[in-house]
Amino acid sequence: MRAWLLSDAPASRRQARLGRLYAGWLTFRGNTLAMVGLAILAALVLCAAAAPWIAPQDPYAQDLAMRLKPIGTPGHLLGTDSLGRDILSRLIWGSRTTLYIVTLVALIAPVVGLLVGTVAGYAGGVWDAVLMRITDIFLAFPRLVLALAFVAALGAGIENAVLAISLTAWPPYARMARAETLTIRNSDFISAIRLQGAGPVRIITQHIWPLCLSSLIVRVTLDMAGIILAAAGLGFLGLGAQPPSPEWGAMISEGRRFILDHWWVATVPGLAIFTVSLAFNLLGDGLRDVLDPKSGGSK
Amino acid sequence: MLEVDGMNVWFGAGATHVDAVQGASFFVGRGESFGLVGESGSGKSTILRAITGLAPGWSGRVEVDGKPVYRDRRDRAFHKRVQMVFQDPYASLHPRHSVDRVLSETLRLHGMDAIDRRVPQLLEDVGLGPKFRFRYPHQLSGGQRQRVAIARALAGEPELLLLDEPTSALDVSVQAEILNLLADLRGERGLTYVMVSHDLAVVGHLCQRLAVMQSGRIVEMLDVEQLRRGRAEHPYSRALIAASVSGGRTARAAE
Amino acid sequence: MSLLDVENLRVSFDTSQGVVEAVRGISFSLGQERLGIVGESGSGKSMTGRAILRLVRPPGRVEADRIALEGQDLQSLGERQMRKVRGRRISMVMQDPKFSLNPVMTVGEQIMEAYLLHARDSRRAARRKALEMLEAVAIRDPERVMKAYPHEVSGGMGQRIMIAMMLIPDPRILIADEPTSALDVSVQRKVLSIMDGLVRDRGMGLIFISHDLNLVSEFCDRVLIMYAGRIVETCDAARLHEARHPYTRGLLNSLPRLDAPRARLEVLARDPAWAEGG
Repeated sequence: MRAWLLSDAPASRRQARLGRLYAGWLTFRGNTLAMVGLAILAALVLCAAAAPWIAPQDPYAQDLAMRLKPIGTPGHLLGTDSLGRDILSRLIWGSRTTLYIVTLVALIAPVVGLLVGTVAGYAGGVWDAVLMRITDIFLAFPRLVLALAFVAALGAGIENAVLAISLTAWPPYARMARAETLTIRNSDFISAIRLQGAGPVRIITQHIWPLCLSSLIVRVTLDMAGIILAAAGLGFLGLGAQPPSPEWGAMISEGRRFILDHWWVATVPGLAIFTVSLAFNLLGDGLRDVLDPKSGGSK
Repeated sequence: MLEVDGMNVWFGAGATHVDAVQGASFFVGRGESFGLVGESGSGKSTILRAITGLAPGWSGRVEVDGKPVYRDRRDRAFHKRVQMVFQDPYASLHPRHSVDRVLSETLRLHGMDAIDRRVPQLLEDVGLGPKFRFRYPHQLSGGQRQRVAIARALAGEPELLLLDEPTSALDVSVQAEILNLLADLRGERGLTYVMVSHDLAVVGHLCQRLAVMQSGRIVEMLDVEQLRRGRAEHPYSRALIAASVSGGRTARAAE
Repeated sequence: MSLLDVENLRVSFDTSQGVVEAVRGISFSLGQERLGIVGESGSGKSMTGRAILRLVRPPGRVEADRIALEGQDLQSLGERQMRKVRGRRISMVMQDPKFSLNPVMTVGEQIMEAYLLHARDSRRAARRKALEMLEAVAIRDPERVMKAYPHEVSGGMGQRIMIAMMLIPDPRILIADEPTSALDVSVQRKVLSIMDGLVRDRGMGLIFISHDLNLVSEFCDRVLIMYAGRIVETCDAARLHEARHPYTRGLLNSLPRLDAPRARLEVLARDPAWAEGG
């Protein structure tokens, strides 16, 4: 199997593609820190998927007699919050919200950015000027302030928070994609495909995108930490997920009132945010090595 | 096959306006191999780029096979008939596309069928085995890349091939291989070549006629016999020939 | 006495795919002569030049039994002392003047700096020396060129400026790594003959690294032919055409020639034994 995958002369397109993926995996596997990041994220996905089964308690069940119990209380491994809800269970259910936000933002922001950036870069002229000025307008506002304005206009709630974060996150991707497109546009291999009669849509999607994509993916994974924090920030301000739904940012916000006497209520979700952010950063670093076209499948 | 009459090419506009080519006219017959010779900045590559539409600012009359070429519109038939090989094989292949993808996409763009059969055939035509099919450019040497670039240019079965210094980035022994390949392909397929080079010996090897260019103008037309005998009229052509022949001194003594 | 002695020089790179040897045990010595090193890309010829000046960056490793400049062992020198050797006693001219000249300094400042780095002298004297040097490399209007920035001069002039800059501290040896490959044919010979004249007048040693057999045979006394990190043949430049080694013969025969047209060019058939012998 291994020999088949790493074959010097693959017999079919499928074998070549699988072989390339496998070679990329081998490079990635060599990077211990990136593997740690991947493991944490895999655990997060598992947690979210299996939340109903692995969560020891109902995340919404209140028990005022058991409020603000410290870490290690029997039955409440990570303690309870001000309404006596089990923090561990809320954390596990909260991973669903976190994943939801991360996935949606990761789908919207880079795609919008890539589209705007490459079109502006490749078309040039008026298109470039108009699209880039719009980008500049978005960039001129502090991110959280802009997101706040959007949420205020759209109404509080998790979907609107995602939308607001995505809308504020795309301009840097657009700038990056445009800069790359400008250097790619004049290269000989683009000239060559133009001489084959390829149109602009094909050139942008088939030839420019693949080259922008690797740096974009790396950038997105590195930005993921910021996105989680922005979502938590909105939750903390009461503009993201609404109580009683378990969201990590909102949990910190609730714990704030007790932070001096009952530190774990705010600290535990904080640590969860920290761990996931770190995992994304590690993953991003590892991906950068794998996605470099020169190291991708050179074995 | 190719007729260029009174071609001017310029870059930029207003204060940055630069005339790259001024009043270039030449004619290349079907099956002929024609050379454009000059030093960097003489505008020789620019002529090729203008013909193919990569340099948009030009005027004059260009006809391919009797059909006029317009400034900003080139149809499928033009791209099928006229193809180009670039100077630097490290820059002319998409770094993330495998050889297979480069060739099959090109074939598809030209509306070819039986792509799975044609790709290995193209590779064989340029002297690469089937094991190169799924390689990526960084896994190939300079000469192998240039062979892939030639295969790509041949995919649409063109009649006119524009060669922009196809061997200047390669070692001499690899240059010999590529020049032989180009000569063979022309013989097999009855191709017409227009080759740009700064190397008179290379042009003299592959071409029957050539134009010498200096700062955007064609200063002299020579055929290969005149070139070999050193019978050039223009002082610039003479200087170029002198530089190439003194280089060949040792080689000549080798006989 | 020879100016430079190199014995069993090796340059290797540790990569993830194992150790790659770029130069595999070469020895030569250089007197007051012009020595050409010829080979194809990847033959290790440029690495040889860099290794002598200790300009190979990690992960590259340089080993040698001996690298001696006028009898002095260069390997025992520390980095500080080595810096004094570079420029003052051995200079190097690289391929493309565009990358070797500082784009935000005028040509004059750069030449003067090169001089003042190695000589205790006033700026006035440095300026006079720089002007002299520019004249020596056949620049017609040195006063104007002194004030020019690198992007304002042509490639040929840029390379002549580089040569002026490298020769102003009066080094004993000049290493020229493909000094004219980026230049047009008609300019190449002019630049080379200027370099050649200066090197001869000063009784310097020249190492001329190039892929161009013709240029090397024209401008050198002796030629080393490198293949796969080894010297496969050494011969007098004037008798390069009598070279015996099949690799050298193959290189000579694969060149297209104006005076001897052939239907097909000879293609080099590489013999794995070449990489082992030598």
